[in-house]
Amino acid sequence: MTDEVIKAENLTKIFNKSLVAVDHINFSVREGEIFGFLGPNGAGKTTTINMLITVLKPTEGRASVLGFDVVKQANEVRKVIGVVPQEYTADEDLTGYENIILCADLYGIPRDIAKKRALELLELVELTEFRDKRVETYSGGMRRRLELACGLINRPKVLFLDEPTLGLDVQTRAATWEYIRRLKKEYGMTIFMTTHYLEEADALCDRIAIIDHGKIIVTGSPSELKDSLGGDVITITIKENADVTDIIRSVENVKEVRKENGSYRIKAAKGEATAPLIIEALRRKGFTVTRLSLTEPTLNEVYLEYTGRAIRDTEESKEAFRMHRITLRRARAG
Amino acid sequence: MSTASQARATNAANECRPSLARGLWALTYRELKKWLKDPVMLIMFVLQPLIWMGLLGKSMNIQGLFSSGNLGNIEIPNITIPTVYGNVTIPGTLLAKQLQQEFSKIGTSVMQNTFGVADYFSFMAVGMVSMIVMTTTMFSGMSIVWDRRLGFLDKVISTPVSRAAIIFAKILNATFRAMFQASVILALAYLLGLQLSSSFTLLNLLGVYAAIFLLGVGLSAVFIAFSIRSTRMERPMQFISLITMPLMFASNTFFPTKLMPDWMQAIANVNPLTYLTDAIRRLTILPLDASALIWDFTYLGLFAAVLTSIGIVLAWRYLTR
Repeated sequence: MTDEVIKAENLTKIFNKSLVAVDHINFSVREGEIFGFLGPNGAGKTTTINMLITVLKPTEGRASVLGFDVVKQANEVRKVIGVVPQEYTADEDLTGYENIILCADLYGIPRDIAKKRALELLELVELTEFRDKRVETYSGGMRRRLELACGLINRPKVLFLDEPTLGLDVQTRAATWEYIRRLKKEYGMTIFMTTHYLEEADALCDRIAIIDHGKIIVTGSPSELKDSLGGDVITITIKENADVTDIIRSVENVKEVRKENGSYRIKAAKGEATAPLIIEALRRKGFTVTRLSLTEPTLNEVYLEYTGRAIRDTEESKEAFRMHRITLRRARAG
Repeated sequence: MSTASQARATNAANECRPSLARGLWALTYRELKKWLKDPVMLIMFVLQPLIWMGLLGKSMNIQGLFSSGNLGNIEIPNITIPTVYGNVTIPGTLLAKQLQQEFSKIGTSVMQNTFGVADYFSFMAVGMVSMIVMTTTMFSGMSIVWDRRLGFLDKVISTPVSRAAIIFAKILNATFRAMFQASVILALAYLLGLQLSSSFTLLNLLGVYAAIFLLGVGLSAVFIAFSIRSTRMERPMQFISLITMPLMFASNTFFPTKLMPDWMQAIANVNPLTYLTDAIRRLTILPLDASALIWDFTYLGLFAAVLTSIGIVLAWRYLTR
């Protein structure tokens, strides 16, 4: 029995009485999982996160975090969550250490605990040697890590990550993924994250909700979503010149078999497990497989299937675009 | 939701004891630290009123208007008065000299009656202090727009820190800055020739700070409330440049209100800047007048109380969109 750590019911946000940013969404996040919100910019991901972290008030519907209502018990929610925003919010004029202490003060964590924990967190995000340097001098990756440290100062039960790797280079992104995995493993934290990188959602998330135009289109684990496309594609060629379509079709999990130019194109769920079974079935009947290839569908295809378009930046509001550029500019500045 | 995990959550929450004082201190400390690390802005802010004070205060040499030298050479013919003892002739040069002396006395008295002091520089230097208090608080209030844009404000909102601390930190920061800038301007004015009254003591300086504090708190609360929902600097900037001039000129900052037309006096009489300037003048360059001071402070106190309440109510309402 898993707990529902985050629960949203008909959660809706309408800006200026006309712009529907989030449209009656329902989802729940279980304890200890990494739940990803995947969608293009402007899909409503950040708006959703901002409602969950009590920064925005929902126009309709309700949401709760650890059983606390985000509107009526906002202060209770704030105490048990950690937030790593999309922007670099650390103060550039303060040092990394000062920034963490500032966060601790906002949570009202006693000074002695705060100091000890700040050093631990700097160690965790590998910023110990830069602790007394002004954030101004930090690179994008370092800033992101500092944000992560700030978000962890109150030992949150639930961590919210808004586009945790936006604007980072490939290595830094991989390193950030590693931190996130470690947090989940070591602290058993429930993590809610948004991303518009498919590979990120695939690599990190236990479950994903694809959101587009303020609506959740589909929810499931990355593999469930991929399986929902009808599974993997296995292509095999046999040595013998015979029609083995029926033999292949009789194998478990095989959904569709087509003979194309002397090879067989098979659609099957759980391709990696099914392919050996097909080989085995053919071998038992005396056929020899000479070639085999397996293609797994990517989230990209899932995304295409459900939204009808490839994931890429859609038309953003001017302000969002500007914010995006500020963030990117700062990320590049290191 | 099982009770076990909620209990665990409550445990974690127990450790957080966000207090108004703690949050207020942390946020104010951040602002002041930011400010001190930007000496260029600091100098720029002092420089502007310094230029005004130096150029305008010194060039508008109003007492010079009434000085004997300004009367020029007046030619007065000898006057011959017939008396019973014969004609007595008073030489014109003697009369001219006398007239020049009288003119100088009249000038001093006109200055005294108009400005309360004998020199215009002292009068307007104090006005300059008010001006810097006004501009500093306005601009500082706007820094909340930056915090919003950089995402800092959202992050702070997502922590359990007292909402009041978020707003008061901004108000305090603006007011401290204004007090600091005012000190610099007062010191510079003193070096440039501000004439302190004989009743001036260091205790009066505390009064000056109290008056600045009241106006600073009231004005910054309004500006924070005004810019709390904006994500753009343009609108608050426009608003500031729109109201700075009228506030400055429809007050006793540069000129006494009693010589203004009635409609302008009406504005000046509700303009809080008038009361701040008056209070500072009475505490520094004018002889002590307790009843006038009490009235100034009452007005400033009411202004601060009313506007801060309005500001905080609005800010509170709009902090979370």
